[in-house]
Amino acid sequence: MESDGLALKWRRIPNRYRLLGSHCENCGANFFPPRKICPNCGRKTKMVEKTFSGYGKIYSFTVVRTPTEEHKENAPYILAIVQLDEGPKLTAQIIKDNNKEIKIGSRVKLAFRRITEDGKEGLIHYGYKFQVIK
Amino acid sequence: MRRVAIVGVGMSKFGELWDKSLRDIIAEAGLMALEDANMESKDIQALYGATMASGELIGQEHVAPLIADQMGFKNIPATRVENACASGGTALREAYLAVASGAFDIVAVGGVEKMTDVSTSLATTALGGAGDQEWELFQGATFPALYALMARRHMYEFGTTEEQMAMVAVKNHENAYKNKFAQFHNLITVDDVLNSKLVADPLKILDCSPITDGAAVAILAPVEIAKKYNDAPVEIIASAQASDRIALHDRENLTSLKATQIAAKEAYKQAKLEPNDIQVCEVHDCFTIAEILAIEDLGFFKKGEGGKATEDGQTKIGGKVAINTSGGLKGCGHPVGATGIKQAVEITWQLRGEAEGRNTNAEIGMTHNVGGSGATAVVHIFKRV
Repeated sequence: MESDGLALKWRRIPNRYRLLGSHCENCGANFFPPRKICPNCGRKTKMVEKTFSGYGKIYSFTVVRTPTEEHKENAPYILAIVQLDEGPKLTAQIIKDNNKEIKIGSRVKLAFRRITEDGKEGLIHYGYKFQVIK
Repeated sequence: MRRVAIVGVGMSKFGELWDKSLRDIIAEAGLMALEDANMESKDIQALYGATMASGELIGQEHVAPLIADQMGFKNIPATRVENACASGGTALREAYLAVASGAFDIVAVGGVEKMTDVSTSLATTALGGAGDQEWELFQGATFPALYALMARRHMYEFGTTEEQMAMVAVKNHENAYKNKFAQFHNLITVDDVLNSKLVADPLKILDCSPITDGAAVAILAPVEIAKKYNDAPVEIIASAQASDRIALHDRENLTSLKATQIAAKEAYKQAKLEPNDIQVCEVHDCFTIAEILAIEDLGFFKKGEGGKATEDGQTKIGGKVAINTSGGLKGCGHPVGATGIKQAVEITWQLRGEAEGRNTNAEIGMTHNVGGSGATAVVHIFKRV
């Protein structure tokens, strides 16, 4: 498969590689994924970049057994909504670890991993997953 | 604003219609609606056409003029409406507004989706477009997964059980069994659901609405001339719509759909009614947990008590409020763009007493159509004129 839509994924590298999100200096709210306009402040938005620590806890989770075409190779995999310590929630996979119990409230930390690849000879897309720490 | 009524409805059989194309099924539904309204094609002044993913599913965009063309609606304005799984409900609302405003007298609204021409994984990918492509889908989310995340949280916060969710599917198959247009005519048990294949834990395949081909059409006119076309017109006494954050993770919580709550509140205000006044309601049960959220968010039951209400039979025909008499998305099928219109077709039949074998004798009915994981909700309330 050829790597069309290259820029689509390339432009999100800073966000996906090191959790670069945004922070509104007007109201103090944190956002990940990043946004241009703060939903609390509207045109009074004063958005600056913010890198998140990568620590949080599982808010909800599931095991995906019927994936989309792009994720076929990885199934089944654990998908969760993680709430970061700084407030925002995001959607990410949880790395399998048979020694750790996965439940709502489990502490997790950021891990840099391969997410998808465009076939055997195409681009590999990296990003964030999380692993349970206790 | 003028009062608006539905004067004609029609739908195709819902199911895996391998011998029929998109244009075949929308024409079938349209012809039935024209006959119901005792109208000719030339009477229609404008068309709103709903489809979610015809481009991805069959390579066909520009569907509204295609529908007008196939229906013999010559040269009228024809506009496609896309709001994911709420495309049909949103198109119905646009048609309602077009008649209410006085811009047009007779407006047709048609919804259609042809989904079985591609593999299940391609259809799953196409439907995924209703979520957040960059921040949910890229990470591996699917629609069953997003609703599974809601289900897990509802179980955690309120003690809702997998058995209670299964009971939604059992009831909707019971209702579909009595609907000749429905995709499924097989009765299922709670054990069947619990033992069916896991799709996204805790949701199993029988918790999920199917991939479906189907079409539905309604014809709208001002109330003052409605009886000219139909002896039993059904008035749209409320039409409300709300939106919310596109990604599920950005919502305040996972156990209610705020867009549903806001649209419902506005609809009750317009109709000067309360949740207790609704006797029959088609809700958006794309997954069993979605029906539980809906009957809570629409105000029929307290938050957290939807599972128990289902278990107690309060949502069956003859219960407190008859939910999804058509079979819902689960039993009747979910051809995405057609669903919101099909809901209005079913409520029209219910209010006219024409829902063969599943009549509720209701005087007030409601429809509830959701887009994506809840970024759009459309609520309509209907009453016989």
